[in-house]
Amino acid sequence: MTAKAETKRKRGPGRPPKTVGSGVNDMPPTEDLVAMYKDMLLIRRFEEKAGQLYGMGQIGGFCHLYIGQEAVVIGLQSASKLGDTVVTSYRDHGHMLACGMDADGVMAELTGREGGYSRGKGGSMHMFSREKNFFGGHGIVGAQVPIGVGLAFSHKYKNEPNVCMTYLGDGAVNQGQVYESFNMAALWSLPVVFVIENNQYGMGTKVTRAAAGRALADRGMAYGIPGKQVDGMDVLAVRTAALEALAHCRDGNGPYILEMKTYRYRGHSMSDPAKYRTREEVDAMRKQHDPIDQIRDLLKNQHVDDARLKEIDSAVKATVTKATEFAQTSPEPDPSELFTDILLPLTDNKLVAKV
Amino acid sequence: MAIEIKMPALSPTMEEGTLAKWLVVDGDDVRSGDVIAEIETDKATMEVEAIEDGKIGQILVPAGTQHVKVNAVIAMLLEDGESASDMKLPTPDAPAEPVAAPVADDTNPSAETAPMAETVATPTAETEWSGSSTSLTVRESLRDAMAEEMRRDENVFIMGEEVAEYQGAYKVTQGLLDEFGSKRVIDTPITEQGFAGLGVGAAFGELRPIVEFMTFNFAMQAIDQIINSAAKTLYMSGGQMGCPIVFRGPNGAASRVAAQHSQCFASWYAHCPGLKVVAPYSAADAKGLLKAAIRDPNPVIFLEHEVLYGQSFDVPDDDDWIVPIGKANILRSGSDVTIVAFSIMVGRALEAADRLAEQGISAEVIDLRSIRPLDSATIVESVKKTSRLVTCEEGFPFAGIGAEIAMQVMEQAFDWLDAPITRVTGKDVPMPYAANLEALALPQIDDIVNAARTTCDGFKG
Repeated sequence: MTAKAETKRKRGPGRPPKTVGSGVNDMPPTEDLVAMYKDMLLIRRFEEKAGQLYGMGQIGGFCHLYIGQEAVVIGLQSASKLGDTVVTSYRDHGHMLACGMDADGVMAELTGREGGYSRGKGGSMHMFSREKNFFGGHGIVGAQVPIGVGLAFSHKYKNEPNVCMTYLGDGAVNQGQVYESFNMAALWSLPVVFVIENNQYGMGTKVTRAAAGRALADRGMAYGIPGKQVDGMDVLAVRTAALEALAHCRDGNGPYILEMKTYRYRGHSMSDPAKYRTREEVDAMRKQHDPIDQIRDLLKNQHVDDARLKEIDSAVKATVTKATEFAQTSPEPDPSELFTDILLPLTDNKLVAKV
Repeated sequence: MAIEIKMPALSPTMEEGTLAKWLVVDGDDVRSGDVIAEIETDKATMEVEAIEDGKIGQILVPAGTQHVKVNAVIAMLLEDGESASDMKLPTPDAPAEPVAAPVADDTNPSAETAPMAETVATPTAETEWSGSSTSLTVRESLRDAMAEEMRRDENVFIMGEEVAEYQGAYKVTQGLLDEFGSKRVIDTPITEQGFAGLGVGAAFGELRPIVEFMTFNFAMQAIDQIINSAAKTLYMSGGQMGCPIVFRGPNGAASRVAAQHSQCFASWYAHCPGLKVVAPYSAADAKGLLKAAIRDPNPVIFLEHEVLYGQSFDVPDDDDWIVPIGKANILRSGSDVTIVAFSIMVGRALEAADRLAEQGISAEVIDLRSIRPLDSATIVESVKKTSRLVTCEEGFPFAGIGAEIAMQVMEQAFDWLDAPITRVTGKDVPMPYAANLEALALPQIDDIVNAARTTCDGFKG
């Protein structure tokens, strides 16, 4: 069999995506596109600044940047409804911003300050906002997946018309608990969209060296979970696929898998020299598939003029500058915070042990 | 020679059962493998198969008989050519052989176990119960606790392997499916890490899950979700993400099930901030603590004991019977030595105290009930009175609960101690299968007696 025939036959995890079209019919109003552009740009600029602050020693520990993958979370979020929940792993800053969490609070958490979403006790990988229905921010690869299924379970239990969007990477798809989750989600028809962000590398390992079999979108096949590969660099393609997946879940048909073919420009974390791929590969992605360039071109085609685009760029820049200043000036948590938030206090007097 | 058909043991801890139904009558021909009777144990209904070909000579124990001891002869089977006159019937009601009792002799769920109300020497708040009470098994009291809390709060649900249609692997959830339906009593696939994580997510989603592990040995598959997700997220979220969940199931050594199925996890979970850990002994405490655990806004590890499930205790007739988490109970007052125990070891400690009394040593017995938070104040107060301490646990000695108690007492009551603290623990070996080795590996009543004597002898004024 020739290499070409092999390519045709097999939709492997490393193969180019079978793109879900973003046809003219799916085109959202121009102002929605403008908002999506702005949101994506905010993530890009925020992450660039985070990378800079990390280099300056103001952010510690692990810091996983989302640069390159912005279209995924913004496309998904643009299709969601109020009350839908989101859970993801540790490459999570973009998801928080997409959920409407305040850039100040996210950046201040990165610098470990009192003004951070977890008051400095969580860091890059552990932030949450009940108000914005963002449930983390989880540091163990794959552990967020059963948690997402649990959130979907609670939607169904309480007869809420909502869906949990559970994000995982191409590395996490090989964890056993992901399949335990697929099984239960399908068995009980739970409203959950599993969004596999296939950025081609699980840390330094190319997906083709880690994942056997067919496309990651097909990983739910044995459980009867429909799956689709999507061009995750094209925000409209993501949005179209997300609308379809969310409608499927909301109609009570159980889970859905979206494999987003995407790419991260930076290393796995800030400490990753990324020697496992060539500079040319990264540059080609940036030049030919950049999600922000794509939507900017689209806006230009929709006659959004340069002045408007500039105005958006400035606004985003100002948001990031403000967040940075806040993150640098917010005080470190009070030492007394060391011993808070370990257990919740009992509100029922009957439960309190008498001394 | 006619063959004796004996009451079979259908689980490692079964000592007796109900002969529910005979599927044969005297004179029937049976072949090996035919189902001849149905037996109900405290866990399940099981079928009894003939193990030889032959003819039923005589049924000795009629259908419907309760409390038939394991190994009692229930019928005689005639082999080819034998007639009823060849049967030599055993003496009525006497088991053909002594009941095998590989676990220590304090496991017998009999009336000898003194009801709580009589043994409580120093009543604490929740045991000041003057109303009526009912004798219930630990199993029944756990079921009642869950049923009452499910009636009280529609967000409480139970999930786990075999909890619904099978009525619980150990029958703890018996009847819950009938009352609450499959939405709230959920059979899971065998997928501990998955359903533990699902439970955590549901708790984040403001439900109140009770997650049953068939045994805590299997929770090892799920320990990442229990520690990293359930216990730590409140802290990592700066107080936003409470996780009101109960992980419960039998813990510790059952009987003759070897190393992978016999382990005490108390010190594993107690080690981690963010969890509460309880391990009740009596049925009243099991009920009151489980209700407290379900209402608690934090994740609670609820360690039960298979051998205790069938034991009966007086339980207050009160739908709102709550035992606060974090309060120990002094079950027996004494002046010479303090014995601290939890879960099944409490029964052994009480028994040891009886024997010590015969030898002129007055032992105070404390049932910890909660491992974390640990009621060190009650222990310290007792040690200030007795000046001697023995800790008891089924788990391994290294970094065990006894080690922690010894350290806390050293920190808080060093000057009151008249003798080194002594630990009674399981031996530092994986649990062996052989009956004699298993008995050696488990802490027995004599071990407690000897430990208490050691702390007292040679250190007496």
